[in-house]
Amino acid sequence: MTEATMKIVADLSRCVGAGQCVLTEPALFDQDPEDGTVVVLDEQPSGDLVRAAYDAVRVCPSQALSIEE
Amino acid sequence: MLQFPLVRECPYAPPAEYTQIREDEPITTVRLPNGREAWVVTKHEHVRQVLNDPSFSADRLHPDFPNLAPAGQPIPRDDTARSMLMMDPPEHGPARKTVLGEFTVRRIAALRPRIQEIVDERIDVMLAGPRPADLVETLSLPVPSMVICELLGVPYADHAFFQANTAAMIKRETTVDDRQAAFERIRDYLEDLIVVKEADPPDDLLGRQIRKRRSEGAYERAPLVSLGFLLLVAGHETTANMISLGTLALLENPAQMHALRADPARTLGAVEEMLRYFTIVDTVVARLCTADTTVGGVPIRAGEGVLTLGQAANRDPDAFDAPDDFDIDRPARHHVAFGFGPHQCLGQNLARAELQIVFDTLLRRVPTLRLAAPVADLPFKSDAAIYGMYHMPVTW
Repeated sequence: MTEATMKIVADLSRCVGAGQCVLTEPALFDQDPEDGTVVVLDEQPSGDLVRAAYDAVRVCPSQALSIEE
Repeated sequence: MLQFPLVRECPYAPPAEYTQIREDEPITTVRLPNGREAWVVTKHEHVRQVLNDPSFSADRLHPDFPNLAPAGQPIPRDDTARSMLMMDPPEHGPARKTVLGEFTVRRIAALRPRIQEIVDERIDVMLAGPRPADLVETLSLPVPSMVICELLGVPYADHAFFQANTAAMIKRETTVDDRQAAFERIRDYLEDLIVVKEADPPDDLLGRQIRKRRSEGAYERAPLVSLGFLLLVAGHETTANMISLGTLALLENPAQMHALRADPARTLGAVEEMLRYFTIVDTVVARLCTADTTVGGVPIRAGEGVLTLGQAANRDPDAFDAPDDFDIDRPARHHVAFGFGPHQCLGQNLARAELQIVFDTLLRRVPTLRLAAPVADLPFKSDAAIYGMYHMPVTW
């Protein structure tokens, strides 16, 4: 796939606020300060951040993140 | 049919039967202490599936829930006193989100300087005291206890009371009456504390929750007592046991201990590996099937209980290379030591911060740390629902 076509998708109904995405790459992810759910800072990352996006999907402990290609 | 729970014969390995089940028939039935049958699920993929599937309920008070403590679960006084641990959707999500803001990565990062002070104070006390010292008494228990007490706004002076009652609750042989009595004593204590905080809510977790819930027009005392109970109990035993076991793993693997001391950047990964390797909360993680479904090709019917064996899943060779090796440099972040799905550990990032700071500080400040007794003589908690050590004599 090419970087230009990828998009990070967060399913807030599944997100349980574990923050593993933030620990993986704080440039891509943050948490809502009230309920802890994921805030995607950059839906279409490029360069080194592409790999971090895939790592975040892999370690998400509620399968709330996915990547659309 | 295998009788559960099984006992760890070796602190570094799951019960031998786990490996056999996972290889021969990864989803199989076992016999519980109450004579009933339950499924055990042993593969990493299947454990994650069960724990993230709404066909499985977390209602521990349901009569069909697979219960490993012969004495059963303590019973809350009324329905509003159930903790979120036992809730299912749609009730569970809002209960969890009300407090999740206290445990975000940012909030935990802000607590780190204070955690560092607490760890340094405890190590000062240990170094000023006699040798050998009991690591459990001097460091492993006080650090998470002081941190959770400060966060909640519970006087640390009462820690001996919580520790004694928590220990009674998690010992498998505690009688049903004694377990219920320990549960009631902690609840009564927290209720009295919360009544005092209601008059003028202080800037601690319980006080902030009172204000937040009042502003949302949803304040009730019983659910907050349950939340305080859950955080206080969960915050005591688990992290304490991981501090002891993680220190043991480092002392027993000196090359890795030296590598970690030389490069603290490895600590993040080392802590994940310790969590994976020991998986101290194992058989506690269970569910009740409430809608017929299939896991790994095996039909599971409504009304059947499932134990998701995290320790088996965390040693699954399909998820981790050479899973029985302790390797602080392995990618281990996908472990299920904190559970998986909606009920996974709420305090996981607090636990990570405490463990990272403890190991970094201990290795740096006590470089000659060593065990003062053979591993074979250490008292491991083979009789408790949460694995760990009762005492750990160390010297330096």
